[in-house]
Amino acid sequence: MSFTAAVITFPGSNCDRDMAVAIEEISGGTVHRVWHGDADLPDGLDFIALPGGFSYGDYLRSGAMAARSPVMQAVVRAAERGVAVLGVCNGFQVLTEAGLLPGALMRNAGIRFVCREVALKVETSQSLFTSGYDAGERIHIPVAHHDGNYYADAETLDRLEGEGRVAFRYAEPVNGSQRDIAGVLNDRGNVLGMMPHPERMIEAAQGGTDGRVLFESVVRGLVTA
Amino acid sequence: MKVRVYVSLKNGVLDPQGRAIHHALEGLGFSGVNDVRAGRMIELDVDATVTDEALDDMARKLLANMVIENYRIERVA
Repeated sequence: MSFTAAVITFPGSNCDRDMAVAIEEISGGTVHRVWHGDADLPDGLDFIALPGGFSYGDYLRSGAMAARSPVMQAVVRAAERGVAVLGVCNGFQVLTEAGLLPGALMRNAGIRFVCREVALKVETSQSLFTSGYDAGERIHIPVAHHDGNYYADAETLDRLEGEGRVAFRYAEPVNGSQRDIAGVLNDRGNVLGMMPHPERMIEAAQGGTDGRVLFESVVRGLVTA
Repeated sequence: MKVRVYVSLKNGVLDPQGRAIHHALEGLGFSGVNDVRAGRMIELDVDATVTDEALDDMARKLLANMVIENYRIERVA
């Protein structure tokens, strides 16, 4: 079975090519580039990635406009069918705005844009996206965001933690996120949103391969499924 | 007619921008400011036929993020 993925490009996305290259290199499959105005996705998708960037100039709220674009309605339907969806950085913001993930991403507590490599703790290896890591493993992946401060009410946070839906936590102070949450899963486990950029850590020349493991996990999970 | 939609952060949600504005006011020498919360006001020009329900729907579906924000709608003559 060959692996088929789509990377969505919104006006203002800027990590879409990196994401497409990462998926293509690691999966050896086909990666379709899909424009935000497309109302339909290609047939037979295994995986959809929403890349980082500043869709629609972050107007209104980060991810707010993109979440209401035609293609996102198709992404929501695909996610409901069980297609795996990864949102990185702005893609995570889009997923929360679209209601595919709980919570919201607010302005960093320190006000400043944070652009550096950070230490993360992998909270669960029991997911499509994290099966190649060990639970509790410490990894290093870069972040680059202004609005990465994860917020949800206490009840939602308790539920996320209780259901093993916190995928990654920051292992150092980064942006003021509630309970240091860096990445969360939906209840079905087929949607992951995370602020750090795994596509920027897929080969040694980038300073490490800790992000590669995430894509390898997805490919292994979907191709053998 | 003009409609103003005031969007503000819910109580208890940390407002880093409001805090930065507060610090800047103190830096300018203003005293007696206890707290600052930053929000946004969105002005719409709508037909008189647009109902309160429709405005409410607009606010909930797009203008405010109900996870972190509240809104108040005001019709301006």
